[in-house]
Amino acid sequence: MTVPVSAGNRLRWLLRGLGQLLITAGVVVLLFCVYELKVTNLYTEQQQKTLDTQLAREWATPPLPPVRKPDQVRLAAFDDGAGIARIYLPTLGRDQVHVVVEGVTHEDLKKGPGHYPGTAVPGAVGNMVVSGHRTTYGAPFNRLDELRPGDAVVIETRTFFFTYRVTGTTIVSPDALGETDPVPNHPGQVATQRLLTLTTCNPKYSARTRLVVRALLEVPLAKGKGVVPPALQGR
Amino acid sequence: MYAWIWRHLPGPLAVRLGELLVLLAAAVALLFFVVFPRVESLLPYSDVTVKQQPAAASPSP
Repeated sequence: MTVPVSAGNRLRWLLRGLGQLLITAGVVVLLFCVYELKVTNLYTEQQQKTLDTQLAREWATPPLPPVRKPDQVRLAAFDDGAGIARIYLPTLGRDQVHVVVEGVTHEDLKKGPGHYPGTAVPGAVGNMVVSGHRTTYGAPFNRLDELRPGDAVVIETRTFFFTYRVTGTTIVSPDALGETDPVPNHPGQVATQRLLTLTTCNPKYSARTRLVVRALLEVPLAKGKGVVPPALQGR
Repeated sequence: MYAWIWRHLPGPLAVRLGELLVLLAAAVALLFFVVFPRVESLLPYSDVTVKQQPAAASPSP
């Protein structure tokens, strides 16, 4: 390194160092954006592929005794982070299918949309709550705001397709824990409806509020050879 | 800083260019695999769940 001799030299050397530091900081921030918006997607894509394969294998073997009523569908002691179901958002496009994992920790949600432990299982009476990323990690719920009342959301389990119909969309504060109640926002009440609640952050690229989409079970359809729920036909 | 690094890279020009690329790749890998994942979990905008909000200034779980 050149040893600064005069005061002017020293100042020039300091300014050059400062300039390089600032440019470096700017490049690092840009790289962070690339990481968040692109690299995290690659991670989730790979995780989803693995989960989907695991789920397909799990569902194919071994055959379970036939399940008659949706209420009997069990999630059989799932580990956090394991795939438990597929979620289809057919009105948003035919590629809109994701594996739902159990749990909503940071690590769980990196893999895909997460099911709140303790909330209803697919098709059951109560409130099944699923959260997903809006802008990073595959952004499964990126276009949740485009869902309109009547749009189908299909949950596929080992034995059933559950077709839910969207009833409404609300924007709530991040601490609106009441949205996860069996009867939303009526803690302690006994549920009679079979609800599905999807949450994600809102607005995009922010976490100021949460976008909540509520749907009501329309019809459970037992899976079988060639059985495809009407909402998914023509995919 | 960069001039200092350049001056201290050994070898002829072509070798130096190669070394520069390796250093650059190492820096980016360090950011992508170590720094960014840690920083990210401290930032709020990937919060998608509704939950009891942690007390102010404590990082979200």
